[in-house]
Amino acid sequence: MSGDNRQKTLNALVDRYPGMLELDAREGYEGYIISRERLIEFAQAIKDELGYDYLSSVTGVDYLPDEKIEVVYHAFRSDGGPALVFKVQTPRADASVPSLVSVFPGADFQEREAWDLLGIRFEGHPNLKRILMWEGFHGHPLRKDWEEPYFMESGKPFKNRWPEGDAVRSEEINPFKKNVQYPPEFSPDGWIPEADEALYSGMVQLGAKDSGNGRTLETDQILVNLGPQHPSTHGVFRMIVSLDGEEIADLQPVLGYLHRNHEKIGERNTYIMNMPFTDRLDYLASMGNNFGYALAVEKLMGIQPPERAEYIRVMMAELTRIVSHLFSIGTLLNDLGAFFTPMLYALTERELILDIFEAVTGSRMMCNYFRFGGVARDLPEGILGKVSELVTERLPRKIDELDTYLTDNEIVRSRCIGIGVLPREQALAYSAAGPVLRASGVDYDVRRAEPYSIYDRFDFDVIVRHNGDIYDRYLVRLEEMRQSLRILQQVVRDIPEGEIQTGKSQYQVRVPPGESYGRVENPKGELGFYLVSDGKPNPWRYHIRSPSFINLTSFGEICKGHKIADVVGILGSIDIVLGEVDR
Amino acid sequence: MYGLGLIKGLGVTLKHFIESYLDDIRWLGRRYYREGALAERQGPNARGVFTIQYPEEKLPIPEEFRYIPFLVYEEGEDGDRELRCTSCGICPKVCPPQCIWITRSNDPKTGRPIPTPTNFFIDIDVCMNCGLCAEFCPFDAIKMDHDYELASYDRFTDHIFNKERLSKPLSYYQAIRPTNFAFEEAERAEKEAAKEAKRKAR
Ligand code: SF4
Ligand code: SF4
Repeated sequence: MSGDNRQKTLNALVDRYPGMLELDAREGYEGYIISRERLIEFAQAIKDELGYDYLSSVTGVDYLPDEKIEVVYHAFRSDGGPALVFKVQTPRADASVPSLVSVFPGADFQEREAWDLLGIRFEGHPNLKRILMWEGFHGHPLRKDWEEPYFMESGKPFKNRWPEGDAVRSEEINPFKKNVQYPPEFSPDGWIPEADEALYSGMVQLGAKDSGNGRTLETDQILVNLGPQHPSTHGVFRMIVSLDGEEIADLQPVLGYLHRNHEKIGERNTYIMNMPFTDRLDYLASMGNNFGYALAVEKLMGIQPPERAEYIRVMMAELTRIVSHLFSIGTLLNDLGAFFTPMLYALTERELILDIFEAVTGSRMMCNYFRFGGVARDLPEGILGKVSELVTERLPRKIDELDTYLTDNEIVRSRCIGIGVLPREQALAYSAAGPVLRASGVDYDVRRAEPYSIYDRFDFDVIVRHNGDIYDRYLVRLEEMRQSLRILQQVVRDIPEGEIQTGKSQYQVRVPPGESYGRVENPKGELGFYLVSDGKPNPWRYHIRSPSFINLTSFGEICKGHKIADVVGILGSIDIVLGEVDR
Repeated sequence: MYGLGLIKGLGVTLKHFIESYLDDIRWLGRRYYREGALAERQGPNARGVFTIQYPEEKLPIPEEFRYIPFLVYEEGEDGDRELRCTSCGICPKVCPPQCIWITRSNDPKTGRPIPTPTNFFIDIDVCMNCGLCAEFCPFDAIKMDHDYELASYDRFTDHIFNKERLSKPLSYYQAIRPTNFAFEEAERAEKEAAKEAKRKAR
């Protein structure tokens, strides 16, 4: 859309809903500011009338100098196109906005996160509790005036590192037990985890049940904790399950065991420092994360990488997708009980791709390869040959082998077909993303819906399946690997010679004030980076729309009615990485 | 037929199983601990057993591989070490977890700062091996190492590397990163030549 046209549509919306909204006129900002009272009305209207049926991201920004907190929403149409950004402002001292859960259930976890980290009360939210921090936590860490226990300065680099740096360990500055703060009336020793009461209170209560033989059998619900240390949870993830016999009556995920407040760290960091930190989000797809972050910053800076760098980026992102999907299929089979043989077959291929990553980027997993306006270094000699050999010969053969090995297997089929079904409408409503969304029949892939980088040049199919069960998610991933191979074959064929960096790569970039949202189709789904810059070396706000986290919103719902053994499989099919869920 | 998929799948496992033995026979006695053995076992046409026998065997390290940084020194004429580092402060400024600490001192006579660092610490427990320090050092003075076997018994005394522990000779750098080294030396020579030409012109 040309600038003029876009402006017209923007104005049209203001005319359409008079009194409800105004254009966000701040320099570098986009979208609308909605009045707090009419937010729900507006959300309903854009959903019903304009087709914005996919609420991708909800987050808040603390504008401390203005004494305001702003909640930012990014909505999309499921048939593609750019975002509709809208915001609600609320005074900082008493931050509260209406909850959108009734319109977009996918806002559930995200609003809880915003409450937890920013202290924004969402009126009408069904279960507004902390989600990443624990109950005894004091304050809301993403507020700009909140200082962490090891606090030194509000932004890196810290002055005591140079020129008079003398190494001290954080433990010495801040000894154990003094490094936490509690709410005023809170005593950690006297605290009895309200966990049992509070956590379980929302769960379905079962009453007496008719056993079917004329007499009434009193049955009780049993609560089972799966995790946090449980091999099937792919990390430290806890689920509370209430069971009726072997069937799931209700399930609640408990998150945050791997929480390190990545976003706060990100706001202390300078822009370039965040690049290696993004590696550690979804650590199976580090360069996918790099990609999203680089896009967001480049949007703010208004630069574009050169042609060759674009090709290298796509190549890396697609190899990453294959790596992640291989891993996902391997672990899914582990979860289903086919212990480690399929997993190791998948890992073998993954190793070969990691060899390439290591040769190009210097690291197998924490690649830290993208820079603003390019990539860190050019491909070493001979690597393209290796990639080409892999993507034209070995990997197609191996993916076919995996296909033969698993797809028709009767046990796999009976464990997967019809289990954990997420219907189309629910998938959209719950803001599911990636293979989970596409297995539910929604033809949505960011690479197609709003092509970034040079994805519009490649020939590939968006894989969609319609049953929304474990089996379809598996098949979508399998097929997506084949599509990635197709893209990779085109990349190796077309990659031009030339520069790999626009301008000189700088360690301190100048980022003009404004906001941007960079999103990519990561293996796990839509990964978005929402950035607000105030022109200083450190980002003012650095938020991650993490697909693993948001995909879990519907997890409890789709498990209901299934056997407890299936929960493990369903979780495996959602394919989460805790580094990204908990951040 | 019900069960066919299962049998097909088991066929794949069986194939892998047999291949692992066939391969052993084919490479009889030469499958492990031999130059080039790994390349065959883990190459694009590899079949059979894929694993390596660490620590007897190790994965070959590609040039770009990066682990904990080190400081490059050049050997002066009388054998003393001349660190390339000028303590310019760029690496502590770019280091994401802020694990580089540099002490700089002033010349007592002139009061001007001395270009070589008085001390240089890297807390390797904190270092995330991102390689940014090496990437942005304007003097090619700090480089990423290849040595990844750093386990030790005491994290309190052994895991903060000081200047002494961090220094490694230029020849070592040349050995682990020949391509980069050659490239950088050529660039340096060019710069030197340009400077020389300028001086002559004046
Ligand atoms: S950037 Fe290079 S020269 Fe500057 S302080 Fe670091 S190692 Fe020394
Ligand atoms: S490799 Fe990264 S984390 Fe380690 S010292 Fe260098 S800049 Fe810091």
